[in-house]
Amino acid sequence: MSAEIQQKDSGGKKKAGHMKKLSTRIDFTPMVDMIMLLLTFFMLATSMSKPQTMEIGMPTKDKIEDKDKNEAKASEAVTLYLSKDHKVYYFMGIPDLVKPNFLKQTDFSPEGLRKILLEKNAAIVTKVMELKDKKLKLQVSQEEYEKQLAVLKSSPGTPVVVIKPLDNSTYNDMISALDEMLICNVGKYAITELEANDKLLLKNSNIKFDEAPKK
Amino acid sequence: MPKIKLPRKDTWIDMTPMRDVMILLLTFFMLTSTFLKPEPVKVNTPGSVSEIKIPEKNIFSVLVSPDGKVFLDIDNPKDRISILEQVAAIYNIKLTDKEKNDFSIATSFGVPMQQFQEFMAIPGEKQKVELAKYGVPTDSTDNQFQAWVKAAREVKGKDMVIAIKADQSTPYKKIKEVMGSLQDLRENRYNLITSLREVNEAKPVN
Repeated sequence: MSAEIQQKDSGGKKKAGHMKKLSTRIDFTPMVDMIMLLLTFFMLATSMSKPQTMEIGMPTKDKIEDKDKNEAKASEAVTLYLSKDHKVYYFMGIPDLVKPNFLKQTDFSPEGLRKILLEKNAAIVTKVMELKDKKLKLQVSQEEYEKQLAVLKSSPGTPVVVIKPLDNSTYNDMISALDEMLICNVGKYAITELEANDKLLLKNSNIKFDEAPKK
Repeated sequence: MPKIKLPRKDTWIDMTPMRDVMILLLTFFMLTSTFLKPEPVKVNTPGSVSEIKIPEKNIFSVLVSPDGKVFLDIDNPKDRISILEQVAAIYNIKLTDKEKNDFSIATSFGVPMQQFQEFMAIPGEKQKVELAKYGVPTDSTDNQFQAWVKAAREVKGKDMVIAIKADQSTPYKKIKEVMGSLQDLRENRYNLITSLREVNEAKPVN
């Protein structure tokens, strides 16, 4: 629009016989409009952040695994039951199958499960903190850091956490539990299914485990 | 009447800098963009502190909807055709070239093989809406999910990454079915897709 006015102005002064002085200015407005449109399209259609993932290795259904499972010492074992409404029930060591209300209840808040795991894993967490400190000061390289972290996490004496999600828990609960393992530097954990013992234990503590979660 | 002639102000605005900046931005977005893949169901992934990024290629993605329906997606159109051929062979389905081609350029899929041809006959736009009603069967009597994973593993080789993307509210029971099926196939390593969550550094408890 502005361009048209401009051209009229310059064109109005022309004298007969003289060559019309053409403006060398090109009107970019349509081009800008076009680009703006394309830009908006790309901005809206782009997914900027790539999703994160959690790498997880599940135990095989082979028989050999059962042997390893039993090797976990009673002092190291923590068993978690993920129940509905994001509740977590847990016990440490060997379960007492007959005692009613043997399971203790907690949740995914920093004061809940995390505190318990950090307490259990205090020695390693301190060491990991030291290691992270070293890495920040560039005393250890990234590879060295990862190597040492793996060694620390699998060192003897660290807790072995068995996660048993109940059917009425959600996917979010499972991820939250795995997340706590990451946060608390627990290296040895596994997701397993309920066995007869677990069902008895849950029954004794009056926890329902077979109904579907509420929508 | 006195004539006051106001000098005509030039309304021309110089667009050049604006255009320059915009071209720059446009180029940036065009080069960096990876397009959002349309998914048959909307899924809210749970947050986690894990910072591992998902690999770009060779992914076998499993989408689990809030009500437990399973949809699959495989990259690389060529692989898709060979995988489809393998699975179709198991269920004795003769596919036309058109069906294969249509399948190779589609995104997520998840129709029981018995209804596959019926589904492929539905015109394009409607297909997307219809897809959400189906889902790959994962139950033990007719575990087509396993057939797909097996075929994909054969075609794509051992570098293929299995990524599970499920909604926060998906019942664990359904996840268990999917993970159990994978375990049966000795597929014990896979990725769970999450979104980033900020968390305070864990401190030891004294």
